[in-house]
Amino acid sequence: MVTQQNLSASIVQPSVDIVWGWLADVPDPEIPVVSVIELGIVREVRYEGETLVVAVTPTYSGCPATAVIDLAIEEKLREKGIDQLRLERRLSPPWTSDWIARDAREKLRAFGIAPPIDGTAASGVMAARARRMSGKSNLVVECPRCASTNTERVSQFGSTPCKASWRCKDCLEPFDYFKCI
Amino acid sequence: MEKAATGAILNPVEDRFVSDDALAPAFFEWLCRMGDSALVLGHRVSEWCGHAPALEEDIAMANTALDLIGHTQMWLGLAGEVEDKGRDADALAYLRDALQFRNLLLCELPNGDMGVTIMRQFLFDARHYALLMRLTGSVSPRVAEIAAKAVKEASYHLERSSDLVVRLGDGTDESQRRMQAALGQLWPYVDEMFVADAVDEAVAKAGIAPDPSDLKAEWEETVRSVLAEAMLDMPGPAGFAQTGGVIGRHTEHLGYILAEMQFLQRAYPGARW
Repeated sequence: MVTQQNLSASIVQPSVDIVWGWLADVPDPEIPVVSVIELGIVREVRYEGETLVVAVTPTYSGCPATAVIDLAIEEKLREKGIDQLRLERRLSPPWTSDWIARDAREKLRAFGIAPPIDGTAASGVMAARARRMSGKSNLVVECPRCASTNTERVSQFGSTPCKASWRCKDCLEPFDYFKCI
Repeated sequence: MEKAATGAILNPVEDRFVSDDALAPAFFEWLCRMGDSALVLGHRVSEWCGHAPALEEDIAMANTALDLIGHTQMWLGLAGEVEDKGRDADALAYLRDALQFRNLLLCELPNGDMGVTIMRQFLFDARHYALLMRLTGSVSPRVAEIAAKAVKEASYHLERSSDLVVRLGDGTDESQRRMQAALGQLWPYVDEMFVADAVDEAVAKAGIAPDPSDLKAEWEETVRSVLAEAMLDMPGPAGFAQTGGVIGRHTEHLGYILAEMQFLQRAYPGARW
């Protein structure tokens, strides 16, 4: 009897590990080589009774991809037969580029985006002195195409909120840099 | 089946201040000040989209505007919860008239040339960054988490605007002249960022936010050092301060912003797409 109950429960409610596995197939809409899991924006998967709850945190507070990501997550889970579903928007702790998975950094590089330099997330403290912040940086950003470190920043802002525009002074190609926050 | 999950709902952390009836009027006002300054400046900055003199700047301003609108959603969303009258961030943004707006006057001033736009951004960013840093230690967990999110973005805003003030100030004769003129034009509006009234005193007393006047020294230090590097003269005390935005007394410019921003929701109430 007990065995049967467990069996039926497992059919009705896929384990959270299985759900995490499904979500690993949901790509980021703007950088499709990495998944929402690798990006570190899925913060929790849990059940509240019969309802599957997925907590998602935004990368940037005004990121227009947030709604698209929610939709992609919902579509994937519905496709897997999840009927009772709720998505939560979680703000704290705030997302940091340090949460991007190690393997995903190489995928970003292969895609032409210089990955964020680990452990340099701003947390605001980095910017304590506006003077020091005036365009000077001791970060070495490697060109994702030719691996040269002879690079320069064109703009702190890029094609999406999470990226900055850089240029390689050796191969002369412009490239995106996934900025640290 | 539950309703569609998209348009994810906020999972609020516990915060006793959100339902503190005695504090609610001041807390609501203060949250509107935070949200409205971000909203109105965000709208102003977005006006450059497609018009900026360089592609990188066009993109940077669109990104900055996006961040500020993101902050607006968080602040006004919380304001709606504190008010508890069924208004969400959209209702507050699109359905209040000018007299109910609580933004700093500095934020609603016209863009002018790039000198005015960049200088306005810098003067705002220097204070915004200092304020958000303090707010990360707010006794209100909801305020603290919004600030922790927003300050990461605001630190990039300050970095960019500081950099541009230096480059344009210490640039050509023309760019220097324009930056100095912008500083003179905007200076009478900076004091409003540091004046405390009963609303500020109430939220400061509760430990939610710092007294605005406590931010002045840090702001001045940032501004002084950047202006010095930019070879720009820091004006003395303005003598006359333009204030009133945070209590709903605005310049003529706000109405035009609202006319553009609110037209759709006013003409087609509840329109969605």
